[in-house]
Amino acid sequence: MTSLPLAGRLYIVGVVLAAAVTLGFGDYHGIPWVDVAILGVLFLLCESMPTYVATRVSVTVSFSAGLASVVLLGPVGAGLVVLTALFSLHRGLPVIKRVFNAAQFALSAYCAGLVFVWLHGKYGLPQASEFPGLIGPYLLAALVYFGVNSLLVGGVLASTGQIRFRSPKYLHRGPAIVHVANYAAYATFGLLIAALWSVIGWVAVILVLTPLVVARWAFAQYTEQQRAHEATLAAMCQAVETKDYYTRGHCVRVSKGSAMIAEELGMHADRVDAVRHAGMMHDVGKLGVPTRVLQKSGPLTPDEFAKIQLHPMRGVEIVREIGFLDEATAGILHHHERIDGRGYPMGLAGTEIPEFARILGVADAFDCMTSTRAYRGARPVSEALDELRRCAGTQFDSRMVDAMISAVEREGWDPPRPVGPPDSPGQVAKQDHDDPTAPLRVSGDPAG
Amino acid sequence: MVRREARWSSWPTWGAGQVTLVVAAVVLVIASLGAVLVTPADQPRLAVAFGALIVLGELARLAMPGNRETAPISTAGALGYALLLNIGGTERAAHSAMQVVAVTAIAMTVGALPHIAVGRLPRLDVLARRLITVAAAAFAYRPLAPHLDLHGAWWTAVAAMVGAVTLAMAADLLLTALVRAEALSARVGVALADEFQAQIRLDVAVAATAIIVALAIGIMGIIALLVFTGPLLVTQIAFRRYAAIRSTYLQTVRALARVTEVGGYVEGGHSRRVGDLSVAIGRELGMYEAELLELEYAALMHDIGQLSLPDPIPGGATVFADADEQRRIAKLGAEVIRQAGVLENVATIVEHQCEPYKPNPELPLASRVIRVANAYDDMVGGSGDVDRSQAALERLRLDVAMEYDPDVVEALARVIDRAGRL
Repeated sequence: MTSLPLAGRLYIVGVVLAAAVTLGFGDYHGIPWVDVAILGVLFLLCESMPTYVATRVSVTVSFSAGLASVVLLGPVGAGLVVLTALFSLHRGLPVIKRVFNAAQFALSAYCAGLVFVWLHGKYGLPQASEFPGLIGPYLLAALVYFGVNSLLVGGVLASTGQIRFRSPKYLHRGPAIVHVANYAAYATFGLLIAALWSVIGWVAVILVLTPLVVARWAFAQYTEQQRAHEATLAAMCQAVETKDYYTRGHCVRVSKGSAMIAEELGMHADRVDAVRHAGMMHDVGKLGVPTRVLQKSGPLTPDEFAKIQLHPMRGVEIVREIGFLDEATAGILHHHERIDGRGYPMGLAGTEIPEFARILGVADAFDCMTSTRAYRGARPVSEALDELRRCAGTQFDSRMVDAMISAVEREGWDPPRPVGPPDSPGQVAKQDHDDPTAPLRVSGDPAG
Repeated sequence: MVRREARWSSWPTWGAGQVTLVVAAVVLVIASLGAVLVTPADQPRLAVAFGALIVLGELARLAMPGNRETAPISTAGALGYALLLNIGGTERAAHSAMQVVAVTAIAMTVGALPHIAVGRLPRLDVLARRLITVAAAAFAYRPLAPHLDLHGAWWTAVAAMVGAVTLAMAADLLLTALVRAEALSARVGVALADEFQAQIRLDVAVAATAIIVALAIGIMGIIALLVFTGPLLVTQIAFRRYAAIRSTYLQTVRALARVTEVGGYVEGGHSRRVGDLSVAIGRELGMYEAELLELEYAALMHDIGQLSLPDPIPGGATVFADADEQRRIAKLGAEVIRQAGVLENVATIVEHQCEPYKPNPELPLASRVIRVANAYDDMVGGSGDVDRSQAALERLRLDVAMEYDPDVVEALARVIDRAGRL
């Protein structure tokens, strides 16, 4: 508490006092204490157990429990039920937060209760004759509960200086409509609990919570599988790189760099994930290029160069069976095209090149330049960015280059640690097809 | 490159169990439609409302891991209709079990049409099984309905509802297990355990939702139909995501396992064939679905260690490399998989895939299976030649008990025999 700014302290004390006064002067006549206790336990359990319904959307079912209390117990009863937030099972939650949470929940529930009684005329076990008239007042009460709750929590974040205005790119990540739909869904659970309560009492709670507990299980499985998938993908892509000592970790860094560009461009979260996967797998086709060619030190014969140029196609051959990758597949195929049309394998130019490929091209070259190679040391980040700028418009798409530059300037970049020469010289490539500063030399090619 | 279809599983063909299911369902549909035509439908508005919900549920079908097709919202709606006692207070629900079946059948048919329009043909045996499931609950519960009352002894009514949905879910699990056991040549006990493991949670959610709808309509009237699916909708979204990532995961491993082929380390299609064959052998040996998944991952990735060789072994077949080298490659492969940090069992399986059977019969079963499947594929490859496959089998039998687990080799023989007879 002492570490908080004065405004924050005053705000918290104000909210807690308001809650205490409201509940202290409430009308306790005819409160069904058993139901208050049952709903209180329910609210506490729900509050302690957030349910994730989407990757970045967590809603606690306590919203439903609180609203059910509003219908069944009225303003004062509902205010008492939600006070159980004080005993939240979140370990390590400071007392001050517990007290504030309980107070703000009590005020939200009390206000919702007032609105509900004002519009509907009564509270208590809903009878069949009250439907569907009860639904309108209920929805407004839910809106008030949500609104007061958001205001009070927003207030404490602002007054204690914890609020941070996010950079615009995050606006694309969690569409507000998802949140609204979620709260609407959870509001209906509250109504269900209240309605069923009048027939089967507290058993209603078990019935309504069962599907939600199952959903929670499924979502936990989903999260776990997703994590496992990412880890397996990274491990297998890194396995492909063990062939070359210096490019280890290249796929992971290109994946990260590509995702940074995509986020900077404000892409939707699903597409950012797809770019990330494309970056991870962009070079798996290199395995189709004989080691002898990859590690050759002199100029390449046109035939060997053709083998190198084939690696994006080999990569696509591998990844095209992965259904979710549609756009990423195109990105992998074309990640060595150039804006001026002099790239490979197809020689596409300008916007003919898929967006993903233009992103991958920049991230790929950037990581190559900032890593050590057998024939040169790693370049500093700033120098590599200059090089990208220089090649913008000819080799790279300027829009992607600008995005990479501003993302790196804001978030920084961890280049790989400089590595010394390997123990066995057998694992070293003498030139790198990704390097824009030292293009592959092909015998008979005047530019080489 | 044309992808070879799995030769060792016989999913697309029809078994006796599936035919029986469909015939039973057709008889049921004819009987129920006849019954409804003879005595006019009770409370048609209610029937239409539930029918609409079932249609929507069919549209939002869900493909669960392991080629399982479900429609949770449709099933919950149909079961809810079967369990209904009264509507908005005092009005009693008077419909018969036959009417429940008729409404469900019609709605399921209508709901299948959009899927057919976009080229997704319905699996008739799955539709038949789901209809029979609903019918089981309806025939058990509807005759009791006039004696049940929510205003007095509500617990009797709720107990009857729980009994009816439990019966339906048990029937569903049993029928699914029988069909799968036949189609995949798995053991019935194993198939039942797999079904239980895969379906029980979603089934419980569906059952709870069915009871919720029956009770909620009792108090709120038909409008509850709009509201009650909320909890199940959340569940369905979560399961859909889970199913999607499961299938993505398998696709990724299948695809990336082919890097060894593109790199010229092994013959084209090798990892996929060893994967399919290993799963078929594992199933023959009575392994559970979770074990089979790990077996498949390990079989797909069994050659990943070869990536650390600077150049492919000539001929590509590990069976011709010397034993120490093989073991070293297997260890390297296991290290790669261990890097992921999430596939510890798979790494262990890959690590032991080259150990001979004789001195250590305690090896993981999955490793013993992969050893046999890999050796077989190295000799036979993608050819479907019967003589070659018999010769390979003979050669494996010569080394049985020393190199290979006899049980695994015999399971392989049965799998080959069955595939040959198709």
